Amino acid sequence: MKNAVIGNNKQKANLIVLGAVPRLLYLLQQTSSSLELRTECAVVLGSLAMGTENNIKSLVDCHIIPALLQGLLCPDLIFIEACLRCLRTVFISPVTPVQLLYTDPTVIPHLMSLLSHSHRTQEYTTQIFSHCCKTPEHQTVLFNHGAIQNIAPLLISPSYKVRMQALKCFSVLAYENTQVSLTLVNVLVDGELLSQVFVRMMQRDQPIEMQLTSAKCLTYMCRAGAIRTDDGCIVLKTLPCLVRMCSKEHLLEERVEGAETLAFLMEPDVELQRIASTTDHLVAMLADYFKYPSSVSAIADIKRLDHDLKHAHELRQAAFKLYASLGSNDEDIRKKITETENMMDRIVSGLSESSIKVRLAAVRCLHSLSRSVQQLRTSFHDHAVWKPLMKLLQNAPDEVLVMASSTLCNLLLEFSPSKEPILESGVVELLCSLTQSESPALRVNGIWALMNMAFQADQKVRVEIVQCLGTEQLFRLLSDPDGNVLMKTLGLLRNLLSTRPHMDQIMSSHGKQIMQAVTLILEAEHSAEIKEQALCILANIADGNTAKELIMTNDDMLQKIKYYMGHSNVKLQLAATFCITNLIWNEDDGSQERQDKLKELGFVDMLHKLSQACDANLSDSAKTAMQQYLA
Amino acid sequence: MAELGAGSLSLGDPVFNYQEHELNERLKRLYPAVNEEETPLPRSWSPKDKYSYIGLSQSNLRVHYKGHGKNHKDAASVRATHPIPAACGIYYFEVKIVSKGRDGYMGIGLSAQGVNMNRLPGWDKHSYGYHGDDGHSFCSSGTGQPYGPTFTTGDVIGCCVNLINNTCFYTKNGISLGVAFTDLPPNLYPTVGLQTPGEIVDANFGQQPFVFDIEDYMSEWRAKIHGMIARFPIGERLGDWQAVLQNMVSSYLVHHGYYATATAFARATETMIQEDQTSIKNRQRIQKLVLEGRVGEAIEATQQLYPGLLEHNPNLLFMLKCRQFVEMVNGTDSEVRCLTIRSPKSQGSYPGSPNLSPHQGAGNSHIHTGGVDSPTCSNGVTPSKKSKSHSSVVSSNMKYPSTSSSASSSTSSSPSSINYSESNSSDSTKSQPHSNNSNQETSDSEMEIEAEHYTNGVVEGSSTRIMNGTYKHEEILQPDDNSIGNGVTGEEGYRNGRQLCGGNQAATERMIQFGRELQALNEKLCREYGKNTTHKKMLQDAFSLLAYSDPWNCPVGQQLDPTQRESLCSALNSAILESQNLPKQPPLVLALGQATECVQLMARVRSGSCSFARVDNFLL
Repeated sequence: MKNAVIGNNKQKANLIVLGAVPRLLYLLQQTSSSLELRTECAVVLGSLAMGTENNIKSLVDCHIIPALLQGLLCPDLIFIEACLRCLRTVFISPVTPVQLLYTDPTVIPHLMSLLSHSHRTQEYTTQIFSHCCKTPEHQTVLFNHGAIQNIAPLLISPSYKVRMQALKCFSVLAYENTQVSLTLVNVLVDGELLSQVFVRMMQRDQPIEMQLTSAKCLTYMCRAGAIRTDDGCIVLKTLPCLVRMCSKEHLLEERVEGAETLAFLMEPDVELQRIASTTDHLVAMLADYFKYPSSVSAIADIKRLDHDLKHAHELRQAAFKLYASLGSNDEDIRKKITETENMMDRIVSGLSESSIKVRLAAVRCLHSLSRSVQQLRTSFHDHAVWKPLMKLLQNAPDEVLVMASSTLCNLLLEFSPSKEPILESGVVELLCSLTQSESPALRVNGIWALMNMAFQADQKVRVEIVQCLGTEQLFRLLSDPDGNVLMKTLGLLRNLLSTRPHMDQIMSSHGKQIMQAVTLILEAEHSAEIKEQALCILANIADGNTAKELIMTNDDMLQKIKYYMGHSNVKLQLAATFCITNLIWNEDDGSQERQDKLKELGFVDMLHKLSQACDANLSDSAKTAMQQYLA
Repeated sequence: MAELGAGSLSLGDPVFNYQEHELNERLKRLYPAVNEEETPLPRSWSPKDKYSYIGLSQSNLRVHYKGHGKNHKDAASVRATHPIPAACGIYYFEVKIVSKGRDGYMGIGLSAQGVNMNRLPGWDKHSYGYHGDDGHSFCSSGTGQPYGPTFTTGDVIGCCVNLINNTCFYTKNGISLGVAFTDLPPNLYPTVGLQTPGEIVDANFGQQPFVFDIEDYMSEWRAKIHGMIARFPIGERLGDWQAVLQNMVSSYLVHHGYYATATAFARATETMIQEDQTSIKNRQRIQKLVLEGRVGEAIEATQQLYPGLLEHNPNLLFMLKCRQFVEMVNGTDSEVRCLTIRSPKSQGSYPGSPNLSPHQGAGNSHIHTGGVDSPTCSNGVTPSKKSKSHSSVVSSNMKYPSTSSSASSSTSSSPSSINYSESNSSDSTKSQPHSNNSNQETSDSEMEIEAEHYTNGVVEGSSTRIMNGTYKHEEILQPDDNSIGNGVTGEEGYRNGRQLCGGNQAATERMIQFGRELQALNEKLCREYGKNTTHKKMLQDAFSLLAYSDPWNCPVGQQLDPTQRESLCSALNSAILESQNLPKQPPLVLALGQATECVQLMARVRSGSCSFARVDNFLL
């Protein structure tokens, strides 16, 4: 059987259909059969597993995994190796549920103990671990069973395969795992720090796979906070290594992995972004990622074309991710990126690609670049990026929506020339629907975009917003559990109530509810920023012609204003003082009455006190208010 | 460094010497293929090759600007003392910006000899630079291209020239900025240029560790080039290549007379040996005699086996005779040895001498100049087999020193035995009484060590040969009366006891007589072939030995070293082979010499990859 199936998928499938698997498993499990026979069974099963995914499925369905795991308890090394090899082949297949490794709690400790037996057991076991460690829970299980101490010595094994699999194991263990990463930095291998071992494995004469995986390990340790971002092994070794991986001379897969890892490494650190942006012409080098499949490959070589096509999406999304990471903080880098050949066109077409991964990465890139005032004014407008962005916002999955709407927020800033055409495209309805989303991030982005849109907008737009959103939804948002949503909603209110005629109009129709909402916010437990926003809204209302009566007639509200004038937070004091200033402004009609009433309520004394305040802004505004009485 | 002000350095300064030492070490490590006698490496800025607005200090490593710095017409540059040798493969230097001065118009780069120094690097033809004020690269042009970031006070800028693909990239604070120039011409000098007052930069040509890990970059290229060589396409001819390689190994073994190994190899690879068995054994025997210093017997054997050979090679004969004279002084030649009472055992005197790795350097120096230093090919190919085939001889001689006759009989059956001379066998009997003393024991145990050493040692190159040589001296001269009496052991004991012709009066007379014959031979040759200065010198050197009371420790004493026999041995072997219409050099040695020469030629024609394609990287 063994000789019949080697390298022949058809034969493998035939044997499986004929029911060979249960019989082989039976023989394998018979302790009475000879070890040679049992070993041969494991070898044949391993060969069957090398076939198609369907083969693997059939094997798993026949409960091959528990049988093989049981086999590992046999004392014979040759048999164990055959079982492990077969297990390895089964587990590295994407169709095998990795959970099967963790069902029996005695399996992991036993696998750990096998690590000391031979190069083969080391190679297969570590390979199983690195393929079956998919979640933080898996990481913890392996970590708790001493994976680090058991696998670390394998990094200096004489066998390349063992070293490589051990390295891969560490990369999956350390990924986004602080506990593992913090342990790893202190591990010594033969008297040498693990980070130094990784640096050595990253040397330029080592195989690319090894360099890349070592760089991943160090990247994950750095992102988990175990290594500082200004450490030499990151700045001078890991980062340059990853940049090198992006160069044309490497395989497409390596370039994708290199770019993604690099993007991850420098995402939170502007200094690393600056260094990477000047390393080996990285920004220009990435432009090449968009040239697949190339025109040459299309004609010359069908095989190559197929290969290029398969990787084209991956390459593009990796490049977008890396651009996004590079440009997330530094204005000069953003400029450099947008000036790269056809960059904006590439983003625009990326936004409407069929692959969701590419669309997401493209919009991330666009979002990163949209933080630049200059780019919003120039390239974003020139390339009408809002059009594909708006299209993307229809029926996109949540993760794309979050990025796209966040980008839209920036495009709706008042200095953005794209604001007008976006408004005309009927965006309000879309944004209002976002505010009803389950996802807090989408609610924030929706209301945030509306807030930006309302800033210094004309009456028509404000009315449209209020009508479309509806007061009911507006007040629902004012009691949103998410602080950010609340903040932006107050900001929207502030922007809606910013000029007198509009404000009076809105207050005349919704004054009661708005006052009620503000009262609620001032009474509830909220952060100072939120209360400041609420007081600012009051100050705006106090500036209205008719609307100010809503405050003057509300003694409870006046008491609240007074309270905040005496608050320990200067910002709140300042906002409350503005409120009073607006109420007593003596150019307005009926100012005398209001001044008198407020004097009665003790506001003048309060202003006196504030005019002595240490904070210059506060004392100045208090003095301005006092002058209204003198005039 | 700060306290080392300009001009305060003297050669006696320990700091300076230390730095100098470190510089030399680093340069040797970075550029092992560079022959500094032909192409010296840059070590400092040239005080001669600079514009007048440039000032140098701190051993010509610090550059400062001393002009007006009004506009670009006041720009000034300085070149390093030497151009970058192509044999570097990859060359690197760094410049630290000590002060950006007024405007920081600094350029770092490369220029050819003769480029105007009243300019910044990069502005003219054959000039290349990276400028600090705008971060642009200037490739033989007044207008720059956007290249990298700007640089200023405190930054370290590195410039790397890749002489394999003729490109250049810069580094800033240890980070590579990517390729700046391609298609660079050869023979560029490291160059810096400054343009405004206060600008100061320090160069590091290897005086200190570099900020950028250049060795890591080099390792990548070394791996690339080794990979390229290893994967060199040989197409369909795989079988041909194997046959060629087997043939080379076989012919090498045959050439040097490793008969047993050669036949074993031929059997294993199913190939044929060209030369016949007796011929090989004869050559082996003659070589062994020469290597043992028994030149007289060697001449005799040659004349007997290859009549006419020496007659047709009077130069070779003369060289042999000269050597015979030297060996008489040494007390090793049989004509002298038979007269002395204390001749050592013949068989053990040069344990497994035919195994001796041939000294490649002398025999084929015209094509293989590097051969003396490099471990020769024989080492890589044959050591284990050789030692195996001869180990029985060696051990039988060594383990039973007291039963010399049995030893000689046992060895006589071995193909590598040299027990053919009558005088020799009588010597070995005579040596009997001495072989029981403690010295003998010591030397025997040494011998075993040596023999062990030998099997590993062949691969170690020249040092092993010297060890064997010393050992031979000891062994030959060791049975000396004083040492027996005093029980003196060790090398000193032997050295003190060494005497001309073994201290034997009759032997000395024979030697002097031989000297006269030699003189006569020289005169005869002069008459027949005209004056020959080489002969004259050879003869002079040989006779000079007599002028010293201790010839072993005199200015011409080198001649007595047994390693000197090797070149002669190889010359004689080649002559014999030639007379049999066989190649006088084994193809393996030719190929090796060819490869070595080729790599050196690559350096001369400026092909940088020679740096990483060194032949000795592939041996071992």
